[in-house]
Amino acid sequence: MTTPRWAGPEGRVLTVVTAPAGVLSTVGDEVDPTDPEIARLAADLVATMRVSPGCVGLAAPQVGVGVQVFAVDVTGHPKAATTHGTVVLCNAKIIEASRWKAGREGCMSVPDLTGDVKRAGRVVVDAVLPGTGEPVTVTTDAFEARALQHEVDHCAGRLFLDRVAGAHAVYQRKVYL
Amino acid sequence: MHELAITVIGPDRTGIVADVAEALAGVGANLTDSTMTRLRGHFTMTLICTGPTAEAVEKALEPLTGVVTTVRRVEPETDTAAAGEPYVVSVHGADRLGIVAAVTRVVAAEGGNITDLSTRLAGTLYVLIAEADVPPGAVDELAEQLAVAAAELGVEVTLRRAESEIL
Repeated sequence: MTTPRWAGPEGRVLTVVTAPAGVLSTVGDEVDPTDPEIARLAADLVATMRVSPGCVGLAAPQVGVGVQVFAVDVTGHPKAATTHGTVVLCNAKIIEASRWKAGREGCMSVPDLTGDVKRAGRVVVDAVLPGTGEPVTVTTDAFEARALQHEVDHCAGRLFLDRVAGAHAVYQRKVYL
Repeated sequence: MHELAITVIGPDRTGIVADVAEALAGVGANLTDSTMTRLRGHFTMTLICTGPTAEAVEKALEPLTGVVTTVRRVEPETDTAAAGEPYVVSVHGADRLGIVAAVTRVVAAEGGNITDLSTRLAGTLYVLIAEADVPPGAVDELAEQLAVAAAELGVEVTLRRAESEIL
């Protein structure tokens, strides 16, 4: 079975765009994963994710590119159970979701707010890998499942704000001194 | 720029939020943060606006019948720094006088700053949910003092971290 673990080249660090930016609310285009531009974008997403403190995932729309590509790495996160290391997926679709659970989440593209969002605690995601275009199925749970859903949402032009549990479920995110 | 602190309270009815917002937009008031809920059936809305004078807003809200409104000019505050970590205090039990006073006094005594609070009375059940920024070193002591206060009040209390995951 193909492992989804990223083993691509070093990428460039890109600027993360913040809401309100049209690209964050636009459905991303499906990509040809074998296009060298997409492999380059995949590397850039990984590089940008790695230099951003606390960042466990980054989708192409967050660097201003309206396509269905994202990187995730929840390695070492206290809420992670199953982990796949650094993963970059193209054209990802959630084909199974269960064990729904509410949690408060924030986003690098919405830096001043957090919100209560229900996410599945177990998901199965079908996608293709950048570069080779090989199809992969990722089955995961807990925090990695939440991260995948958050990134798949970005690729569909959705922010966590589109899923908050209610009128009083958005909070000012504070800087802790 | 100065800000206006506005409250509108009255009997709830369909369209009242639209009426308030329209009246404010009509005088060029820019709604920034606001909250609205129903408290025991009363419509209650609290807003911070920028733009017009307090007099202009008072005049714009005048035609809203049956509601109590206040408009005050306030100086802008910053809302980004917190001197602690976010915690949620949940209290529930039989209604009695002084639950909110006792619980919030304990939070304040440990240096916790309450940032959100709501209470509901449902029959004889009283529920209080508060969010507070608690200094990191004060959490254990706060949990202990809350337990003492809850025992005196005969209510249940839990203190838990309001965790948020940045993705």
